[in-house]
Amino acid sequence: MRLSKSAKSILGVITGLVLLFIYAPLLLVVVNSFNSDKTFGWPPKGFTLEWWGRAFESEGVRSALVTSLWVAVVSTIISLVLGTLLALALQRYRFFGREAVNLLVILPIALPGIVTGIALNNMFTTILGVPLSMWTVVIAHATFCMVTVFNNVIARLRRVNSRLEEASADLGAGVFTTFRLVTFPQLRSALLAGGLLAFALSFDEIIVTTFTIGAGDTTLPIWILQNLFRPNQAPVVNVVAVVLIVVSIVPIYLAQRLSEDSVGVRRPAKVAA
Amino acid sequence: MSQTTLSGVRETTAEVPAIRLRNLTKTFGSKGFNETRAVDGVDLDIRQGEFFSMLGPSGSGKTTVLRLIAGFELPTSGTIELEGADVSGKAPFQRDVNTVFQDYALFPHMSLVDNVAYGLRVRGMKKAERRERAIESLERVQLGKFMQRRPSQLSGGQRQRVALARALVVEPKVLLLDEPLGALDLKLRQQMQIELKELQRSLGITFIFVTHDQEEALTMSDRIGVFNNGKLAQIGTAHEIYQRPTGAFVANFVGTSNLFGPDIAASLYQRGGQFVVRPERLTLDWTASTAKHDGAASLRGTVTSLVYVGHATQVRVALEGGPAVVVLVGSDLPDEASVVGKTVSVSWLDRDAVWLPDGN
Repeated sequence: MRLSKSAKSILGVITGLVLLFIYAPLLLVVVNSFNSDKTFGWPPKGFTLEWWGRAFESEGVRSALVTSLWVAVVSTIISLVLGTLLALALQRYRFFGREAVNLLVILPIALPGIVTGIALNNMFTTILGVPLSMWTVVIAHATFCMVTVFNNVIARLRRVNSRLEEASADLGAGVFTTFRLVTFPQLRSALLAGGLLAFALSFDEIIVTTFTIGAGDTTLPIWILQNLFRPNQAPVVNVVAVVLIVVSIVPIYLAQRLSEDSVGVRRPAKVAA
Repeated sequence: MSQTTLSGVRETTAEVPAIRLRNLTKTFGSKGFNETRAVDGVDLDIRQGEFFSMLGPSGSGKTTVLRLIAGFELPTSGTIELEGADVSGKAPFQRDVNTVFQDYALFPHMSLVDNVAYGLRVRGMKKAERRERAIESLERVQLGKFMQRRPSQLSGGQRQRVALARALVVEPKVLLLDEPLGALDLKLRQQMQIELKELQRSLGITFIFVTHDQEEALTMSDRIGVFNNGKLAQIGTAHEIYQRPTGAFVANFVGTSNLFGPDIAASLYQRGGQFVVRPERLTLDWTASTAKHDGAASLRGTVTSLVYVGHATQVRVALEGGPAVVVLVGSDLPDEASVVGKTVSVSWLDRDAVWLPDGN
């Protein structure tokens, strides 16, 4: 569809405004993390690294960061294994209830976090009698992180020729050899993309975490919530927020670039002969 | 590998068919709901060292039979024997047959040499040895100098050769080829037909070749099995299939046939049934004379159209009280405008009429 010149410029302005509205507040957080004025007046009074220094010295921030990373990494690993297996089963095999399983797998990402949180809390504490800990958070996160891996892998599998797997079996490879030598290399970038998304999703999650984390543990988002309204912690909260932004955005950016790659077709490195 | 029995008859392994199918049936979908019989009670013996083609229109079951032999599908009923051993329930990697896929199915993340060495690799052969064997195999298909390339850097014809090298390097008992020339242009296809046939002859391996192209099947095969609706309509040499079709389907699918119904059979030959005559066996007489010769029949008709096919012209004639037939005329024709609508007579020798068995 062709757009007129004026339509183009109007749409451009609207797009610019929307993006500004989204990113200006984030930029403000970043700027304030270096703002020497404790009350964050505008314009900033001066540049300082004091808040960054204080954040790194803070025991609470450091342990929250470690907890967040640990939870994100472990739930990502679990998601990678389960998401890939599910995608393989649903894409490559036909069985009774396949459509139902497909829907049930995707559903957790659409469920409100507070519902998932309350439901899991209830199950862990009253039904299973398991004390809340970092492991219960990992399990809770895996329920929806799995979906991003699943979606990436199943989209890739749809594009990968299933004849490749038949060819591998035909040439004498068993099921596991075929997965290792043929299927997995085709999925590698999809797994990386899905894994990075899962990591980002888990790293900044707060609602489900609130309901499933043990009393002594704190993740980074929870630390922010706890310290948000303490006046003397406000500058450090900004720093932690910037860390959260960076650690969430970078994986998303990488994941998006990876999913654009076409399957298994690499640029010819050099043309022989 | 031969033994002499008490009666003195020598039994060689050559008498054990490479592939034996017995009452092979494959249905898809659920019973009574959307069930389709893709393969319906096929009995077939394919001899060792034979170039056997499975010919048929799409949906006739020929590819499903191939996939059943390869092990990608399991039969609903019936058995598959490979050199006398029942392999019906075995997985593809347990069968000594290899496949050249229609879209080649080369591994896109591997170089040519790794693609070809794959079958040796999963059999546990040492790296240096399997590389050497793979390179040899690539050289045999004239692709040795491209061994480090990836499949995406090759043309269709080259990919086809890699697929062939990859399947042959593991020395299968039977090679299955699923319309391997379908994606190639005409010139390359004709060249590959000759190369494939020569390769098969020099290796002595049984080739089972699936195609919907009757010309391809006729030129390459020792024997042809014609499939229709999941059943084998006829098995025979190219000559038998072409000259002596046993049914209307085979007569029409393999080459063009002119089918004459029971009415004409009754009036000309005073017998029932139907018969076919090949276009090149029909003679056109522009003077429309129906003078009766011994051992020949002739009918009058009107020319409806001409199709120039290079070496000859196909003339369509609507016969009086009979079917529309195609006559192949090799000699020069008067120009089209003056011919269409003209009354002519079409004749043929009685021995060129092929009678079809009843019920076909």
